[in-house]
Amino acid sequence: MALPSYASPAERIWHYTYLVICVLIFLFLIAPILIVIPLSFNSEPYFTFTEKMLSLDPTGYSTRWYDLLLTFGMNAPEATRDSSWWADAWENAAWIRATKNSLIIGFFATILATALGTLAALGLSKSDMPWRRPIMAILISPMIVPIIITATGLFFFYSSIKISTWGIPYLGIILAHATLGIPFVIITVTATLSGFDHSLTRAAANLGANPRTTFFRVIMPLILPGVISGALFAFVTSFDEVVVVLFVGALDEQTIPRQMWNGIREQISPAILSVATILVIISVLLLATVELLRRRGEKLRGISPQ
Amino acid sequence: MADATTNPTNTGLTTADGKPLKAALAHAQARSRRRAFLLVLPLLLFIVITFIAPIGQMLKRSVYNDGFTVQKNLTTGEKTPIMVNLAKWFDENPAGTEPDEAAFAALVEDLKQLKETRAAGQAGTRINYELSGSRSLFTQGARKAKKLQPPYKEALLELNPKWDDPKLWQVMRSASSNFTGTFFLAATDRTRDADGNIQRVEENRQIYLKLFWRTLKLSVLITVLTLILAYPIAHLLATLPLRYSNLLMIFVLLPFWTSLLVRTTSWMILLQSQGVLNDAMVAMGLISDGNRIQMMYNQTGTVIAMTHILLPFMVLPLYSVMRPINPSYVRAARSLGATSWTAFRRIYFPQTIPGIAAGGLLVFILAVGYYITPALVGGSDGTLISNLIAFHMQKSLNWSMAAALASLLLGGILILYWLYDRLVGIDNLKLG
Repeated sequence: MALPSYASPAERIWHYTYLVICVLIFLFLIAPILIVIPLSFNSEPYFTFTEKMLSLDPTGYSTRWYDLLLTFGMNAPEATRDSSWWADAWENAAWIRATKNSLIIGFFATILATALGTLAALGLSKSDMPWRRPIMAILISPMIVPIIITATGLFFFYSSIKISTWGIPYLGIILAHATLGIPFVIITVTATLSGFDHSLTRAAANLGANPRTTFFRVIMPLILPGVISGALFAFVTSFDEVVVVLFVGALDEQTIPRQMWNGIREQISPAILSVATILVIISVLLLATVELLRRRGEKLRGISPQ
Repeated sequence: MADATTNPTNTGLTTADGKPLKAALAHAQARSRRRAFLLVLPLLLFIVITFIAPIGQMLKRSVYNDGFTVQKNLTTGEKTPIMVNLAKWFDENPAGTEPDEAAFAALVEDLKQLKETRAAGQAGTRINYELSGSRSLFTQGARKAKKLQPPYKEALLELNPKWDDPKLWQVMRSASSNFTGTFFLAATDRTRDADGNIQRVEENRQIYLKLFWRTLKLSVLITVLTLILAYPIAHLLATLPLRYSNLLMIFVLLPFWTSLLVRTTSWMILLQSQGVLNDAMVAMGLISDGNRIQMMYNQTGTVIAMTHILLPFMVLPLYSVMRPINPSYVRAARSLGATSWTAFRRIYFPQTIPGIAAGGLLVFILAVGYYITPALVGGSDGTLISNLIAFHMQKSLNWSMAAALASLLLGGILILYWLYDRLVGIDNLKLG
């Protein structure tokens, strides 16, 4: 990206302007996400930097909103913090309950999406797969069809089959979230398989391995990075999904996004910002994991970055 | 092989067990095709059950509404037909017939039954979708039906002169059939007049087409904005050495991985009139404290927040197209005397058009169906068609209307998706 030596002065000026523009756009991308972090430590219930915060006065900062997350919705939030206090928080604190629900739903949705999606991606990557293109288009469509349409359809569907009377908690949401996560699994695993050297499976078969052994000893270790990042995508999709939960979730099926949604709609309390901060930190960790997996996958398959 | 096909007398090449090679090959291929398909089958079934069937149900709902014909007991699930006498009269008399005494007698008979089955509210609501004010008409009619004496026409009109409205009779006729296109008509701001002719609704009640149009306009605007913002940084990322560009890529991928609600909340914090941006501008003296700019709960808020949220979906396809472009083409153009602008316009830009098409279509498709962000920062004039679907689902409870709007939106999206698949290929979709 260095400026060529033959550049004219006007081109030089343009080059530096261009760099400044790029910096501003990167700032536009990242600043809104980072801004919530300092604001979540505001000791006042405001959504802007107070003078105390700007002058770095320690009294301007506090962790009260994080405390509130823990105690919100408890029977006796003021009691001393003994074992019954923790039991109370574990059972009744709204955000903790929401976290539990989100994790349970996310876990099962991810397992379903990853298992089915990986199998299908293996089939789709075979050269003699019939009707490859239309099937692929159908499998990706949950990502393209607006979530409000999916949620509307699910509302009618679930009420017509009376899914709430089946007695399996979260079933409707888990199935819906798995459906929404499947495109991500398909896309990442197919991408991993596109660089896959199929002579390896032939070699394994040649050496006497049956298809099962070939799959678990040869194919699976090589595509595992893609499968895991697909699973992470599926989990994040479920963990971040609110519209389906709003439409088909029972009242006690509160998830983190639904709780946040309610909080934002009623009145934003800075406690929302502490949730946001925690979620940002989680996304940084996930991003790092996916990046590591991608590099590992490329190394395993012998693709080095150009 | 060639011999075997051209010379029928030749038995051709065979496998060890005596089968012709061609047949054996076809057999093996069929088997492997079957195997590949069997791997995909479980997921395909899953998607059909959890996604295609629900959407089908929604499509059905957009033309099907039995609110005026069947009363369903919510606890037992038992269904009782209602408004039977009136339906019979409609069957016997063609559209446009003036309702006679027989028609009113049938109506009163049905109103009595509505009272017994407690279905007056439901039937009234169904008519109310198309003719507002009808719900109370039905509940009142059902309450008083028992006391009415013939002649029924006069008695009913005395109760409420609205019963004579030819428009009401037209609506009841269309509602007495379970399948109806009225919701699609209403979703495009059209209605049937008393004679059954399709016409536009009055100017001040045309809301749906306006909202479709606004959704389209804002989506185009957002797509253009993301393109303008994404192009320079995608170019920078594509031309920097990989070591640096991988680092800068974090700026694109982190928003991509961050919860949508977090990003929307952040924008609410930034854009509020007592928020960070306004405070900063006041502190810098750009605006006075009394003239804080309203950037949220209007279209500005929707456009800013959605541009930010959809920007990564534009950067990533652009980047993947720009990365493999060989820089020596531009250098060659420069060495042949082109200015940097000409080299960009004639050499570099045309090579990035596939990326622009891919990113543009993807962002547009996603923008058209957006719900959460407009609902939170859009206020009343920054909301999109999705928000109206949610309104009909959750507030007005006119589910058939919601389904009709959703079907129209779905149709548009599917056309765009088909176009995307044709132009870009769905398997080229990449995530980071």
